[in-house]
Amino acid sequence: MTEKIQTVYHANQPANPKVALDGVDVFYGPKQAVFGVTMGIPDRSVTAFIGPSGCGKSTVLRTINRMNDTIDIARVTGSVKIDGEEVNAKDVDPVILRARVGMVFQKPNPFPKSIYDNIAYGPRIHGLASSKSELDDIVETSLKKAGLWNEVSDRLDQPGTGLSGGQQQRLVIARAIAVSPEVILMDEPCSALDPIATAKIEELIDELRENYCIIIVTHSMAQAARVSQHTAFFHLGDLVEYGGTEEIFTNPHDQRTQDYITGRFG
Amino acid sequence: MNVQPHTVKAFGEELNQLSSDVARMGGLAEALVADCIQAVVRRDGDLAASIIDRDKQVDVMEREIEKRVIRIIALRQPMATDLRATIAAYRISHDLERIGDLAKNIARRTHVLNESEPVVLTRGVERMGKLVVGHLHDTLNAYSSGAVDEAVTAWRADEEVDEHYNSLFRELLTYMMEDPRMISSSTQMLFVAKNLERIGDHCTNIAEMVHYLVTGEELHRAPPVPKSDLSDPA
Repeated sequence: MTEKIQTVYHANQPANPKVALDGVDVFYGPKQAVFGVTMGIPDRSVTAFIGPSGCGKSTVLRTINRMNDTIDIARVTGSVKIDGEEVNAKDVDPVILRARVGMVFQKPNPFPKSIYDNIAYGPRIHGLASSKSELDDIVETSLKKAGLWNEVSDRLDQPGTGLSGGQQQRLVIARAIAVSPEVILMDEPCSALDPIATAKIEELIDELRENYCIIIVTHSMAQAARVSQHTAFFHLGDLVEYGGTEEIFTNPHDQRTQDYITGRFG
Repeated sequence: MNVQPHTVKAFGEELNQLSSDVARMGGLAEALVADCIQAVVRRDGDLAASIIDRDKQVDVMEREIEKRVIRIIALRQPMATDLRATIAAYRISHDLERIGDLAKNIARRTHVLNESEPVVLTRGVERMGKLVVGHLHDTLNAYSSGAVDEAVTAWRADEEVDEHYNSLFRELLTYMMEDPRMISSSTQMLFVAKNLERIGDHCTNIAEMVHYLVTGEELHRAPPVPKSDLSDPA
């Protein structure tokens, strides 16, 4: 492996990052997919990961809630800390970790259950509600936070899979919120949605920013520009440039970032 | 700068077209400024008339560039250097249009000046004009070549133009006080100098845009210096 030169701008590295990655390498079998990623991700803001397909952005995202554990051949080295706690430590239960770090995927994946049960499932297994009325409250506030309450309040017993794609995506966001996570990871949350549903999700992301640390992987540069305050550009497994979104989109420092966001390669 | 071609070729072509349009418009405006000074100095009414006519072309080009810019923003959503190139083209074309107007204005003064006795002061105006044309030329060159240093030099040099204007102003004032018959033509000359000074200001705007286009950073204006000549109405 030839040595790679990494240019990372630390101008916008937060002083007290919510999520801190330090020298993170990820291997799939013998192949190294991510090379020494070091970055601090601030709380209560949206950080976008952008880059061409196969650049490692989703892989890096998945190190934060140990989703790579589910892939047999994947191996992660380096340090990933949330509030200073190492997520890869032996005594960390990945199930508890994933309650703290919620995740939303490209395709909405509601459980084949009622809308109510989709939301109530997490709080139930984590024992977050002691009574039926408390659970009802959690369901209602989660749906309200996800901007879905007004559309589904009269049919909570209907199957979640019967909702439209955009509603399903907001349902799974509500489901993620229900277990009171601190960090929400979103992997291409709008790529299967039409522009109006996308706008609703983006508006939701912007509202959620007040309370959560949100990290979003997106192929849409315009979306990254619209919703995020910080943007990280990945290329061939390297973190090439990381900085304020406005800076990245008006005046990127690295030629590769420049070429990518202006559509000169990809 | 952008050695890599665009993945979407048509977009790359549109951007190239845009900057070559701005360069062409710049060439036109520069010729108007150079000619209007000649028209004043040589008392050339025909040249003045042709300037007034050619300025229309500059106006048309500004509208065309504006249309292209709107089209690129709407259809291509330019980012980074492309965004800066698009915005720079828009802003520069506006400054060039103003420069064209000011040159036309100077040309109009020629007609009035030609009706009175020659003013001795044409030398000072000529020198100032040459200075302004030089700055405009350098700034436009910097736009085409991306040589940001050249733009910064021209930007700094505008102070000299302002000094020229101030000394011309004082000189004209003296003439008018000495001989009231000179008031009419001296006032016309004063307008010519004032217009040249404003062309210089538009040049600095263009130089600032060139700097932004190339570096992504704003060129900060020096803190405003109090006008040395308080009698200057400007």
